[in-house]
Amino acid sequence: MTGAAIILFWVVCALAGPQLVPYDPYATDILGALAPPSARHWFGTDQLGRDVFSRVVVGARDILVVAPLATALGVAGGVVLGLVTGYYRGAVDNGLSRLVDVLLTLPLVIIALLALAAIGASTATVVVVIGVVFTPLVARTVRAAVLSQAALDYVAAARLRGERGPYILFVEILPNVAGPILVEATVRLGYAVFTVATLSFIGFGIQPPSPDWGLAISENYGLIGGGIWWIVLANAAAVASLVVGVNLVADGVQEALAT
Amino acid sequence: MLGRILAKRVALSLITLWLLSVIVFAGGQLLPGDVARAMLGPLADPRAVANFNRQFGLDRPAVVQYWDWVSGFVTGDMGRSYALRSPVAPFIAAALGHSLKLGAVALVLVVPLSIAGGVWAALHAGRAIDRVVSLVGLSATILPEFVTGIVLILVFGVWLRVLPITADWPEGAGPLTQLRYLILPSLPLVLALFGYLARMARAGTIEALAADYTRTAVLKGLPWRAVLWRHVLRNALLPTVTVIATQLGALIGGLVVIEVLFRYQGIGSLIFTAARQKDFPLLEAGVLTVGAIYAVAALAADTVAALLDPRIRHGASR
Repeated sequence: MTGAAIILFWVVCALAGPQLVPYDPYATDILGALAPPSARHWFGTDQLGRDVFSRVVVGARDILVVAPLATALGVAGGVVLGLVTGYYRGAVDNGLSRLVDVLLTLPLVIIALLALAAIGASTATVVVVIGVVFTPLVARTVRAAVLSQAALDYVAAARLRGERGPYILFVEILPNVAGPILVEATVRLGYAVFTVATLSFIGFGIQPPSPDWGLAISENYGLIGGGIWWIVLANAAAVASLVVGVNLVADGVQEALAT
Repeated sequence: MLGRILAKRVALSLITLWLLSVIVFAGGQLLPGDVARAMLGPLADPRAVANFNRQFGLDRPAVVQYWDWVSGFVTGDMGRSYALRSPVAPFIAAALGHSLKLGAVALVLVVPLSIAGGVWAALHAGRAIDRVVSLVGLSATILPEFVTGIVLILVFGVWLRVLPITADWPEGAGPLTQLRYLILPSLPLVLALFGYLARMARAGTIEALAADYTRTAVLKGLPWRAVLWRHVLRNALLPTVTVIATQLGALIGGLVVIEVLFRYQGIGSLIFTAARQKDFPLLEAGVLTVGAIYAVAALAADTVAALLDPRIRHGASR
């Protein structure tokens, strides 16, 4: 539940951020640049004099759009693919298992780097690339769940009734595998947040001038040698809290559905 | 028996690697569209573009390009870099050497730490220390490496000033100096792996402690020390070994970020630079090399597991 609270906090920030923050996140104030945390600027200011606290609050928006979208795309694709391969089996099924094994050998960041170098990084392409890579991974879990359902009586009964394939898949089987799908979705969301933040940090994710946290860290990282630590720490703490929040929720969902 | 199982695994690995090469090639050569234009700029003379294409063999059909690339790769010729106009292989080799050093430091630190942590937690299962170890481990695992890396840099490099914040040591530095520069970059990797490895060690130890052979050993009158070393640990560590290999993927992914963060010229940094410059021969070679290393490591882990557990060797189900 702590996890849900954390996520809710950031969602509120993302949605209502611009209204709630004391300063305009994009307003510059060169004279007041690089000020350490104080009562006026809780997290200090960056090199353009922008209030870091406001930027951190508003920075929630991009990652909370990209990561869930990518996860949704991957889960949608994975559910369809998993249902089809789990129910129909056959050559496609074997090919898919091989493909998933291949994809699992490489970490998401490296695959994403390759794809994004090829097609150029932007919010949209990041969503698509992560979604596409997630699809076979989700499909694998869905397929396993479908396999255990497909042997049960209600499926055979539906078949005997003369129901068509798509009906059996989506109306009969899908509701019964919703639990594992939900667990998988929350776990994938955790990976998505992790990956989007990492990609933004190395410049292949969310693009400037967004106040996104990973981007802010990479932009201000060079300053810490000179003792300017607050910008980086604030954004890093934000990323950490969101990742922990999502994982707590994923654990909670898993526990709740393990019955 | 061992030979047959190994042969099957090797064959599977080769197929997986082949599939990977196709995916990597498709991603690098087919996705980007007109690479020549991207490298030379949109106002480039069409003759310059054609020259570029001819020079790098980009005007041939895709299948021919693929075959050329793959057969070259296997024999050690990884093509020529677009940006550097020179063969790719030496860069990959050098970068790999650096990354292996970093990886070795990380592994030397994390394996004993996590095994010790896991076993200790198992011996005190359910008590406070167990919960603390699990919690710390899990929290560290889920955090992105650049977050833990930056916090570590802040604490040890900036505030306490005990360790250098980048990993490029001066020319000709001895192994001890190199080690000093490598400790901080290895810590995020250690943290990323610790949680999962410790959990595996803990689970394996708990299972081994509850097993019949442990009870027999104790009842036989064997001193607890001997029971632990000779029976419990041997069985507990088997799953841990296999898990180390699978975590290698996460290690490599973390390498990209860590090496960029610490300005270390390893394979992760190389892949990143290649991606940034759209230097596809270098990028593809790097990714495929990483994949090959992972496949080899997985194979090695399977072999070690088979060697340690006679049941696997003789094909019996566990």
